[in-house]
Amino acid sequence: MAKSAVQEFTKGLWAEIPPFRLVLGLCPTLAVTKTVENGVGMGIATTFVLVCSNIIISLLRNVIPKRVRIACFIVVIATFVTVVELVMQAFTYPLFLKLGIFIPLIVVNCIVLGRAEAFAAKNGVLSSFADGLGIGIGFTLSLTVLAIVREILGSGTFTLPITGASIAVMGSSFKPFTFMVEAPGAFVCLGLMLCVMNMLGKK
Amino acid sequence: MREMIKLFLSVALFSACSGGLLATIQNGTKDRIEYQQLKFVKGPAIQQILEGCSNDPLVDRFKIIDGDKERSFFVGEFDGKRSTVAFESFGKGFGGNIGVIVAVNLENDNIAGIGITTHSETPGVGSRAKTDPDFSSQFKGKSIKEPFKVKADGGQIDAVTGATVTSRGVCGAVIDSAEIYMRLKSKIMEKIKT
Repeated sequence: MAKSAVQEFTKGLWAEIPPFRLVLGLCPTLAVTKTVENGVGMGIATTFVLVCSNIIISLLRNVIPKRVRIACFIVVIATFVTVVELVMQAFTYPLFLKLGIFIPLIVVNCIVLGRAEAFAAKNGVLSSFADGLGIGIGFTLSLTVLAIVREILGSGTFTLPITGASIAVMGSSFKPFTFMVEAPGAFVCLGLMLCVMNMLGKK
Repeated sequence: MREMIKLFLSVALFSACSGGLLATIQNGTKDRIEYQQLKFVKGPAIQQILEGCSNDPLVDRFKIIDGDKERSFFVGEFDGKRSTVAFESFGKGFGGNIGVIVAVNLENDNIAGIGITTHSETPGVGSRAKTDPDFSSQFKGKSIKEPFKVKADGGQIDAVTGATVTSRGVCGAVIDSAEIYMRLKSKIMEKIKT
C-alpha cells in the first residue's frame, strides 16, 4: 500500500478512469455531454467536490464513527456541492442554468461517494488529494472526449468552455447526425468508447 | 445507549459545521447572485418590454417593502418622462410558478407589455407562452384593471394552443400584478420622483 502520491494521481487518468474503467458516474456522463461547454463545466465542478470531500474525509477518517460514516460522508459531499452551486450561480450563471438539475445530482454521483468510502476513509490526506484530483481530471477528460464526439457529429458545432461561444465546425453543407445528441446516441457513444478502451487496455 | 448518543452527536456536529459554512458562503455571494439573476433572467424580459426607453431600467430600479416581501420596480423613461414601471409577479402554471414581468404606464394605468421570466411548463407546449410574441402582445395596451381570462373561461385572451393551464397562469399573474400595482401605486409615485 505504499504507492506514491504521483502514482495515485496518474491512475485516475488512465488505469482507473471513470466512467470508462471504473464504470461509475454514468448518469451525468450521458446527460451533460451534449455540448463541450457543459461537459467541461460538469467535470470541473465534480473534480472540485471530489478533491475537497476526499481531503476532509481523509482528515477526519479516525474521528467519524464507523456506523454513521455514510451519513457523515453525504453531509460533507452535500456541503461542497452546495458551495459549488452557490459559486456557479454567482460567477457563471448561464452555465448554471444549462447544467440545471445535474449540479445537485453530483451529491449522488457514485464516483464521489465511491472514492470517499473506498479510498479517502482509509488513506492519508496527500494520497486522498492526489486520488481525488486524478480521478476528477480523468472524469473531466472523459466527458470532454465524449462531448466533442457527440457535439461535432450531432450538431456540427463546438462550444468553447469559458466563453460559451459556439463555433460551427463542419461547414454549411453538413447535415447533423442528431441521433448523437439524443439519449440513445449517448448510450451508443459510451458503449463504443468502452469498447475502444478495452481494446487499448488488452494490449 | 452511550454509543447511540455519541453517533447522534457526531452527525449533529457535522451538520452544524456544514450549515455554518454554507450560511457564510451564501451570505457572501447573495448580492452577486441577485445581480446575475437580474442580468440573465429578468434582464432580457425587461429590456424587451421597455424597448425604446432612454435609460437603463436595470440600473434605474428601486425597491418597495410590501408586507413581508421586498419588490423591485424597474423604471422606463420615454420622451424624457419616467412614465413606466416594470415589476415581477407570479401565477400558478401547469408545472409550478410562472414569473411574469408586467410593465405599466403610470399615467393611464395601461399595460405597456408583459414578459415571462421563469417557468416550469412543458417544453414546446406551455413554454410557447414565453416564446410566442403573439400571446404576450395580447396584453399590451389594455388597462391593468381588466379581469384577464382565457377565452375558455369567458374572457378575451387567446390561450396558447394546448396550453390552457399555462395561459390561465399568465392571466392570473397579470391580475395579481394589478392588485400589487393598485396597492402600491402611491408609494411608486413617491419613489419615482427621486
